[in-house]
Amino acid sequence: MVSLVAGVRRRLPASTLGRNLLLVLAALVVVVLLLELTDPFRNSQLATMSYYAIAAAGLTVLTGLNGQISLGHGALMAVGAYAMGLLLNTGVVPFPLAMLAAAAVTAVVGVVVGAAAARLHGPYLAGATLALAIGVPGLAIHFDGVFGGEQGLQISSPRPPDWFADVIYFLFANEAGSAKYFAYIGWLTLLAVLLLLSNLVASRYGRVWRAIRDDEVAAELAGVPLGRLRVLAFVVSAACAGLAGAVLGIVVRLAAPSGFTIVLSLSLLTAVVVGGLGSLGGALLGSALLVFLPPAVTGLGMQAGLTGVQAAQLAPLAYGVVLVTVMLLAPGGAMGIARALWHARPRRRFAQQPANTHRMDEEPSTTDATEPGGRT
Amino acid sequence: MNKHIGRRDLLRAGGWGLAAATAGSLFGACGAGGRPGGSSEVGITGNTVKIGAHFPLTGVAAPGYSDIPTGTKAYFDYVNAHGGVNGRKIEYIFRDDAYNPSNTSQVVNELVLQDQVFAIVGGLGTAPHSAVLDFLNSEGVPDLFVSSGSLLWDQPKKNPYTFGWQPDYEVEGKIIGRYVHRNMPNARVGLFLQDDDFGDDGEKGARAYLGDQVVAAQRYVSGNTDVAPQIAALQAAGADLVLGFNVPSYTALSQLASLKLNYRPQWFYSNVGSDPALVGSLLSRFSKGEVSGASMLDGVITTEYLAGVEEADDPWVELWQQVWDAHGGEGELTNFRLYGMAEAYTFVQTLQAAGPDPTRDGLVAALEKVGAELQGPGLAPFRYSGDSHAGMAGVKVSRLAGNSTEKLSPVFVTDNGKAEITEYTGRNPGPPPNGIPSVEPVG
Repeated sequence: MVSLVAGVRRRLPASTLGRNLLLVLAALVVVVLLLELTDPFRNSQLATMSYYAIAAAGLTVLTGLNGQISLGHGALMAVGAYAMGLLLNTGVVPFPLAMLAAAAVTAVVGVVVGAAAARLHGPYLAGATLALAIGVPGLAIHFDGVFGGEQGLQISSPRPPDWFADVIYFLFANEAGSAKYFAYIGWLTLLAVLLLLSNLVASRYGRVWRAIRDDEVAAELAGVPLGRLRVLAFVVSAACAGLAGAVLGIVVRLAAPSGFTIVLSLSLLTAVVVGGLGSLGGALLGSALLVFLPPAVTGLGMQAGLTGVQAAQLAPLAYGVVLVTVMLLAPGGAMGIARALWHARPRRRFAQQPANTHRMDEEPSTTDATEPGGRT
Repeated sequence: MNKHIGRRDLLRAGGWGLAAATAGSLFGACGAGGRPGGSSEVGITGNTVKIGAHFPLTGVAAPGYSDIPTGTKAYFDYVNAHGGVNGRKIEYIFRDDAYNPSNTSQVVNELVLQDQVFAIVGGLGTAPHSAVLDFLNSEGVPDLFVSSGSLLWDQPKKNPYTFGWQPDYEVEGKIIGRYVHRNMPNARVGLFLQDDDFGDDGEKGARAYLGDQVVAAQRYVSGNTDVAPQIAALQAAGADLVLGFNVPSYTALSQLASLKLNYRPQWFYSNVGSDPALVGSLLSRFSKGEVSGASMLDGVITTEYLAGVEEADDPWVELWQQVWDAHGGEGELTNFRLYGMAEAYTFVQTLQAAGPDPTRDGLVAALEKVGAELQGPGLAPFRYSGDSHAGMAGVKVSRLAGNSTEKLSPVFVTDNGKAEITEYTGRNPGPPPNGIPSVEPVG
């Protein structure tokens, strides 16, 4: 097993971009197979997972790599979803353009919030972003003429075009309903985001972000403009959240304040922590847990003879238990365990490099990650 | 459908190049035959009918609302124990959406695509249900008796599969407005409104009759628990009758705020916000035990469209009690459970009307045809027809007194917009002896 892992590692391309491209292409094949081999309901679950994962990937870069905590990513998703809704409902903006615009709008909000956040640390930063999570849904209620108030803004999601149904039927002899179409939109977006983020993380910016996270004073002495780079991290993360909100808007077909409560922000944070702080793969795993765990637990509860209400109440409990267990037994999250396996053998090819660059990945800073608690 | 098959077959036969064709035949093997014929109706077998619903079973909206599906389930179990409908047992699956529209979309996907339910019955909440309105109608899934008084459910052209059930907030507002105008012509009315379509529709209905009797209108935003400013503004405007279109927790909050301000107007809460048991328990919780129970609501005026648990000798309530004792789980019969049972009763009627071999479209057609004549636990008739998917047409006004209610008006019925308000003269015949409706199938 270990020698196999080492063998695979030796054959990967040397350049980061090449390696990431290869990974994303492989992932694309897996995703297509997954979507075509599963039923429409699993497709719809995977669509849901894709928007959680996009947001979680952005958050893990911010919190895991740059050390800034955000309890406001749910609100940033709301910005993206509402922007998406308003653009799509005009009926003239094609949805890919609307998605980019939603990400851009959220990035602008990210500049403002990030500028404030860059001056704050620890609990103060958590508090400020928490205010965002509470405040933004309130705005949607206050300006109900534009945003539809409490009952929300209905979004006219794109219908699967004929060519899409034709291609799917031609290739796989499968029907292509809207659940599948949304899942493809979500996962293609997710893979693009993962490709961009993984390159960014491996680039100069990623290194500088980690440097700031690990020691601000040292980073500043080395000539790193702290403020600007922290804002940049926030903006990148916000753009991801906006894109996630846009996908959510398409999948849910509604943007309503009750969809973007503090629970959403906390769920994202728990996904990131359970998956492994600072790791994109971990964000993916954590989001899968968010989507697949509650129905699985509810199903088990029903089989065990609980009433429907009791079984439903079991899900948040199980979620909390998983979180506590991971924190106690594997603080590095699921990816921490995977990485321990990956690096189990002494390395030959990388022996010349200073071990530090890898060690940083392995030990994400958990100092800023206050326990977010279970889903309330 | 056939047109599409033809085109795709052509595409397939033509082929788009070797690689694609290879892939096509490879994967085609996995999915071939994936076009199921529509021989039998989804969710219906020879001896079962599967239906689903979404409710907040966890989270802030769960207290009270999570009782509704337990009532519905108890009544379906009762019907099943008596042989079901046309020999079919009703399988009822309800899932938790925590009142979050994103979750609603997930659980309704699960119900429709995974559990393959025949229909959705009684899904709760304006915002949560809005998220699945489009999906259910595009999939052709009957979406009956949404548990919300929004006007959104009555759009038969746009959403042909969706039906409301309870009186909508505008109709209720109109009846309340006229009652106050006729019986308390000198009252200075203050409006206490939830800042969404619930408050807006109610206000629109009430103002149609109250005109210049309204001295102030104050809105609260759901989630902000400090309503002292709004109550103080109503007090300052000299309102001596406060009309509330608000949810139960805000009934409790407004009562506590007015207690602090020593403000004692006549309170008039719309049906949604007036469940004495729930408000009572909320009051003692919010005040940390200083204010006890429902006694504070004595003398409060409200409206009703179903007999409540406090009317223990009402024949319908007797039936519900009997059903709950035999098939309920833990806990007492509450007004929420009773609401769920009443919805279940209407569904059984609809299923009977759809005949021995119900289809999804047949169910909708049957409801449009006989819906307005259904006799059930509702005090007012439904407005269902080909042009209307609106629920009950009216309410009666009553006063809370201790553990019972005192009738103040007969049942009034009306419709949205300028429709006149008339007294409903039909008599409710009470439940059939065995507690199970017997509606003739429509031709």
